[in-house]
Amino acid sequence: MISLVARFNRLHTIVNQYRPWLLGALLILALIYPFVVRSYYLSLSIEVLIYAIFAMSLDLLLGYTGLPSFGHAAFLGLGAYFIAYLTSSNDLALNLTDNLLISLPAVILFVALIALLIGFFALRTSGIYFLMITLAFAQMLNSISISWSSVTGGSDGITGVAPPAIGLGPLSYSFSSRESFYYLALAFVFLSYWLLRQIVNSPLGWTLQGIRENEKRMKALGYNTFWFKMAAFVIGGAFAGLAGMLLVQFFRHASPENLHWSTSGQVMVMLIVGGTGTLVGPILGAGLVRLFPLLVSSYTDRWESLQGLLFIAFVLFAPQGILGLLRQRGEDESG
Amino acid sequence: MENFIIQFLNGLVSGMLLFIMAAGLSLIFGQMNVINLSHGAFYLLGGYVGLAMVRQFDNFWLALLIAPIFVALLGLLVERFLLRRMYGSQRHLEQVLLTFGLALVASDLVQWYWGAYVVSVPPPPLLAGQVPIFGIQFPIYRLSLLVFGLLLAGALWLLLARTRLGAIVRAGVSDAELVGGLGINIQLVFAGVFAVGTALAALAGVVGAPIRTLYPGLDFEILILTLVVVVVGGLGTLKGAFWGAMLIGMADTFGKALVPQFSLFLIFAVMAIVLLIRPSGLFGLEGLEA
Repeated sequence: MISLVARFNRLHTIVNQYRPWLLGALLILALIYPFVVRSYYLSLSIEVLIYAIFAMSLDLLLGYTGLPSFGHAAFLGLGAYFIAYLTSSNDLALNLTDNLLISLPAVILFVALIALLIGFFALRTSGIYFLMITLAFAQMLNSISISWSSVTGGSDGITGVAPPAIGLGPLSYSFSSRESFYYLALAFVFLSYWLLRQIVNSPLGWTLQGIRENEKRMKALGYNTFWFKMAAFVIGGAFAGLAGMLLVQFFRHASPENLHWSTSGQVMVMLIVGGTGTLVGPILGAGLVRLFPLLVSSYTDRWESLQGLLFIAFVLFAPQGILGLLRQRGEDESG
Repeated sequence: MENFIIQFLNGLVSGMLLFIMAAGLSLIFGQMNVINLSHGAFYLLGGYVGLAMVRQFDNFWLALLIAPIFVALLGLLVERFLLRRMYGSQRHLEQVLLTFGLALVASDLVQWYWGAYVVSVPPPPLLAGQVPIFGIQFPIYRLSLLVFGLLLAGALWLLLARTRLGAIVRAGVSDAELVGGLGINIQLVFAGVFAVGTALAALAGVVGAPIRTLYPGLDFEILILTLVVVVVGGLGTLKGAFWGAMLIGMADTFGKALVPQFSLFLIFAVMAIVLLIRPSGLFGLEGLEA
């Protein structure tokens, strides 16, 4: 055990020393990845990338603003259904454009508007009540998605969604191959990470973190905390909508499951497992939570139990998540 | 009119079942400040253990006794070895993850052991059949459940409001640390409350099985409904759990009868409206902020 810790510490030192090189190597690895793996694993990776965006978007709410949303799937599902409704080729849909230049802003605007509406009600509460009211709104949307079948396709959802495309007229490109979609998803992960990083390091982000630490004090300092929380809620919702759009464009299918509370629970688990308030942690968490069942399901049918045990182990032994574990080791070593 | 009476009675029955669940959840939250997402799993486990008893000994009453005790012992283990490490409102997320993990494990094991299909449980022979009431025929079992729920509510109220033990528990809801400072073994009280809370969930599972049947996934369904009940009623009070359960039981039953497709929507809409008007629920304790 001790030797394991020592080895871990050495690893950590190496990681810190060669950080830029490692990041570069990671980037190159990510770029050549589609050429070296089987298409099954590529699909899995795309899924993980999309969930990484979803998890990061919740981190802005939960990790940086202290808003424990238990209904974040609402925004994933809204993005998913909106793009499916716009672009799918069956008779449910408008069969509009699949062009990202139009569909991306449309999805983000739509989801942000609904987030504004939900936030207006939900943000009047806090703590556990906020958790429950966000759950309530997400479940309302979930039950609408099942009942309003003329628009949403009922419990089957909407199928036949077109892959995204970009460009104009003859100069357009469709991300219909798995490889191209991988690069698109990767680009969106980087873009989302960069944008969210800019936000949390801006005055807005500092204010949000102030609200997380002590909302009353921020109020006393003259901040209108309601609207700051609203900003976080809407921005987080919009990024979740982006993830939902990508998810549906990749799987070509929007279903009520996208809106189900277990999806909200899962993304929250990704965050806690990875480490909240870090943006990187949620990416790791998304990978672990999505891949874990596949890793163990080839050995046992009881993978759900194992997953539950994994979560329990995290709470008991690494409550700060994967990143917290790494950091703690780093501090032990330097201190 | 007849239909209305039937639905009304069904609403009461459904509410009574939810009350037994919600009382446990609310007690645990109010006293220990713990959000227990495995409460639904304890319900299902209680139901299945009860079923095993009925199959083995052909005795519903034995099931009613043994299942809650069995599940309460399990609850004690969970409290002692897992939950005790993470009390406090700063650690709600950890509690959520822990109890969610427990719920996953329990739900998977239950499905493994009892199979992934719907099992219906017959009511005890003594309470089978129907009686005429208000000009309609209504199952005796459901009526007895109504009476049982009322008696249980009364008993819980007496226990909490009129006994020394109840006073300790109520004091613990407002300030557990202070109660500990008065020389009362608060750890013991916590363990007891958690055991009673899980026993109530198991009890609901046993008495609910003849009405709602048993199947994997019911644990999460019932958990969600119960969470809605406690939030609507207000966390931490018995009164809140009771009236919240009645409201949601009615909304659920009438929703299913009148607008079957939108019944879930109706429940969550009720919850959203209540929270908007009274952010801490109908009878929520002021200042009990999580």
